[in-house]
Amino acid sequence: MSFQRIREKLNILADAAKYDVSCASSGSNRKNTNNGLGNASSMGICHTFTKDGRCVSLLKILLTNHCIFDCAYCVTRKSNDIKRAAFKVQEVVDLTINFYRRNYIEGLFLSSGIFKNADYTMERLVAVAKKLRLEENFNGYIHLKSIPGASDELMREAGLYADRLSVNIEIPTKEGLKALAPDKNHEDFIKPMKKVKNEIIQYKSEKKIIKSTPKYAPAGQSTQMIIGASNENDMQIMYTSNYLYNTFDLKRVYYSGYIPVSYDKRLPMIGTEVPVLRENRLYQTDWLLRFYGFDVREILNPKHPNLDLDIDPKLSWALRNLNQFPVDINKADKMLLARVPGLGITSVNKILSARRFRNLNWEHLKTIGVKLNRAKYFITCNSRYFETKDYSASQLKQIIVQSSNSKHKKAFTGQLALFT
Amino acid sequence: MQATTLVYDGSFNGFLTTVFEIYEKRIALPIIKKETDFQKDFFSETDTIISSSDKAKRVFKGIKKLLKTKGCNTIYYAFLSEIIGVENTLYNVIKYAFTTQQNIISDYSNVEVLALSKIARKVSREKHRMEAFVRFQETKDGIYFANIEPDFNVLPLINYHFTKRYADQKWIIYDLKRKYGLFYNLKKTEIITLNFNVTTKKKDWFTLNENEYKTLWKEYFESTNIEERINTKLHIQHVPKRYWKYLSEKQP
Repeated sequence: MSFQRIREKLNILADAAKYDVSCASSGSNRKNTNNGLGNASSMGICHTFTKDGRCVSLLKILLTNHCIFDCAYCVTRKSNDIKRAAFKVQEVVDLTINFYRRNYIEGLFLSSGIFKNADYTMERLVAVAKKLRLEENFNGYIHLKSIPGASDELMREAGLYADRLSVNIEIPTKEGLKALAPDKNHEDFIKPMKKVKNEIIQYKSEKKIIKSTPKYAPAGQSTQMIIGASNENDMQIMYTSNYLYNTFDLKRVYYSGYIPVSYDKRLPMIGTEVPVLRENRLYQTDWLLRFYGFDVREILNPKHPNLDLDIDPKLSWALRNLNQFPVDINKADKMLLARVPGLGITSVNKILSARRFRNLNWEHLKTIGVKLNRAKYFITCNSRYFETKDYSASQLKQIIVQSSNSKHKKAFTGQLALFT
Repeated sequence: MQATTLVYDGSFNGFLTTVFEIYEKRIALPIIKKETDFQKDFFSETDTIISSSDKAKRVFKGIKKLLKTKGCNTIYYAFLSEIIGVENTLYNVIKYAFTTQQNIISDYSNVEVLALSKIARKVSREKHRMEAFVRFQETKDGIYFANIEPDFNVLPLINYHFTKRYADQKWIIYDLKRKYGLFYNLKKTEIITLNFNVTTKKKDWFTLNENEYKTLWKEYFESTNIEERINTKLHIQHVPKRYWKYLSEKQP
């Protein structure tokens, strides 16, 4: 193959794929049983990190950036004047195998612009995965995009070769989608998700009876929403996300701060700052829902439609619910401990293990590595001394914000500094 | 009371044998040292331990009964850190388990247990990094070759991962610091030592395509970057500078 030509294509098609933030290679249990190449690591491996700090785990490329759609928020939209390119199926296969053999990557993340029609595009994505699995004996990770509108038959085949399938709903609200991507409609995104969910359930139940039933998308499906392109609030985003988790058993919803790529009047101007902090708060909320036993309505509701930027969502919730504290470190159950600001799941697990040996006091908590500067206002332990003052929520917030060294602190103290 | 210095050969079996001897000879104040770290002084008693796999097995069985697989892993990982004096922390934790006859491996409010778990975590992190940052280059005789200089002796730990993963290609991972490596010959993985100067700098060892793939990978890495989100601090936190030497994408 001609390396020069491949280099050009790779530059164009990797650049166009970078706005998809998902790079997870975890959650699959595909084993190297045929003495072939590759063995999916269930915890996932990041082989390097981009200069903006994101993990690089997969070879993430578009098959082509030719597209018949004209979605305002997308770089590869039809009306955008950019260089176009397309890979041949075999070229993607060769690249993946050769990168994998050198331990550059965990596998392939293949997406595509829509050329001709949905089925034509999906067929080619499936062809790459099929070739990798059947001809190259490849057992590494494959993430395919579900192309909205592709036939059921193709979607079924895709899941047989891929570890994960995803379809990005991109805009969290129906109204936003109508304004920014008039060619697409909400149903197009929902349909493939539903299809994949049902297939996963069906294959799983068949596998219980017939052991040789093949795996169907063992790492599940995920989606992505762009944050800050239309003017949705945090409540709308998280309620959508919650709905997707509950309805389609998604493994992950990704939140991607909108990076201005267009002079379109409907969108934030080029040069607008990427809302990274807001993105971070949304991820924190996502974690609270999935691992900390919170209900989305506790964190976001019509009274609090947006997340605080200066404090994390758990602390914000705790300050609104001071009546539930303090919590006794030596008695409280796991889910209650997990609600204490400053305690992560790792600390909670350590506390649970350590307290089987003795009642814990402040010293013990410190050795274990609990961040007390925040937690101490919300807990009691085996010690006569504890925070006895009754602070109001706003006092407490001020104390904690001042004593903490948040990496985001600059963003908030900068303005204050003018007046002091 | 006088301390007794016990000198062993540096192997895991040797260490376990040492623990056996401490109990057998009822040594009250043992200090365990590797041959290579040991300098004789005139004031303490010394005893040289001869490794015995039978004795080692008996001790290991005893440990496993109390600390289960998780505890055994913690102990083995921490041992591979090769941190000077780690044997004594290990011994104290094993003694704590034998005395209390309990699984104390998660008693994190005990200082020694916590210290051990932290060391094991460090080793485990280094293992994971090596699984991520090893970069193979294809030699002219079809062997995928990589060299590493890990902070800890993680080759025994990454063996399984690479053997499973690259079952259809020959490969070598060579530890330059400890001067030994793993060689997979399509059937099984063996420990090897090479008696020539090992380097990946020699261009004529490798296939012509090797450089092309390196370039492709490097350019791919460049084009995944989103200029608007640049965050160098986070980047370096994830890929500490001491690992850059392995990564072709970080070479000028």
